[in-house]
Amino acid sequence: MPRIKSLEDLKKIKENAKDLTSARSEGKTRVVIGMGTCGIAAGARKVMDAVLAELEKRGLHDVTVETTGCIGMCQQEPLLDVIRAGQGRITYGKVEPEDVPRIIADHVVNGTIVQDKVIGRAD
Amino acid sequence: MLEDLSCHILDIAENSAAADAETVTLLLEERRRENWLYLSVEDDGRGMDEERCARVYDPFFTTRTTRRVGLGIPFLRQAAEACDGELTLTSRLGEGTALRASFRLDHIDRPPVGDIAATLVTLLAGNPRIRWIYRHRVDDSEFLLDSQELLAVLEDPDMLRTPAVAEWLRSYIAENLEEIGAGGESIAQDQKS
Ligand SMILES: Nc1ncnc2c1ncn2[C@@H]1O[C@H](COP(=O)(O)OP(=O)(O)O)[C@@H](O)[C@H]1O
Repeated sequence: MPRIKSLEDLKKIKENAKDLTSARSEGKTRVVIGMGTCGIAAGARKVMDAVLAELEKRGLHDVTVETTGCIGMCQQEPLLDVIRAGQGRITYGKVEPEDVPRIIADHVVNGTIVQDKVIGRAD
Repeated sequence: MLEDLSCHILDIAENSAAADAETVTLLLEERRRENWLYLSVEDDGRGMDEERCARVYDPFFTTRTTRRVGLGIPFLRQAAEACDGELTLTSRLGEGTALRASFRLDHIDRPPVGDIAATLVTLLAGNPRIRWIYRHRVDDSEFLLDSQELLAVLEDPDMLRTPAVAEWLRSYIAENLEEIGAGGESIAQDQKS
């Protein structure tokens, strides 16, 4: 039986993260995942899991993860947007959990867009 | 179609978030003794008028197609009715919405409970400013998660969006649900085989 995680542990996480959240918003990279009915049915929650796990594994604490509703591109779900300073908004379609490490490593970290998964871009 | 109850909960609760709710209260009750499973989602969002509510409940209720209606609620309704249960949707414009669904627990078609931790992490990280109250009961045992208690520690809601907190939350919920034997029907099924 694993030890039950406690609010004490949460307090520690908070203390460790103090300096990381202070430089918030401006210039921060955002990952946005579509969480409408179609997205969920297509596996968006697993993509969300994979994103959080990958960011945590790489210690990328200055990236925020958000969700959004249906944007009318249901046949392309799961959808994942990366918004990175100076690069606008890139939308990836039919994202599988297996694609996530590549998108994080290439795009979020290095700024190289994963072309074969892109279905849209906006500034 | 949505594969399990945790996916339905995520879908329904996302509607509450989209309706600008400040507080969303979720309850999942496994009443093993009575052989029923109850789900309810209540919010204080913008609500719906009667006509819209009827149409959301049954998209084929009227032939008028003035606005698109989704299929999330009808999917859940269908799942509940397939298990001898029912779904009720009550809403008041400007006050909020309450959805309740029931399932006969041992019905062969009852969707499994699924990954509740992943659903809650997604809801809290995705909507950190909403107060999420999640209650899971298995007969007399209960697990309660209130995001306000987490914020009392974290202070800044945006902390809920950070991977470290999300990972903590996932294990915290999973461990507590395991403690009360949530979704344990799969264990019972394993034993049978
Ligand atoms: N909790 C709620 N509060 C206000 N409106 C709601 C709520 N739940 C559902 N609705 C309305 O009903 C519509 C249909 O919901 P749903 O069947 O889940 O499909 P979808 O979420 O895919 O649009 C929503 O788009 C919204 O307008």
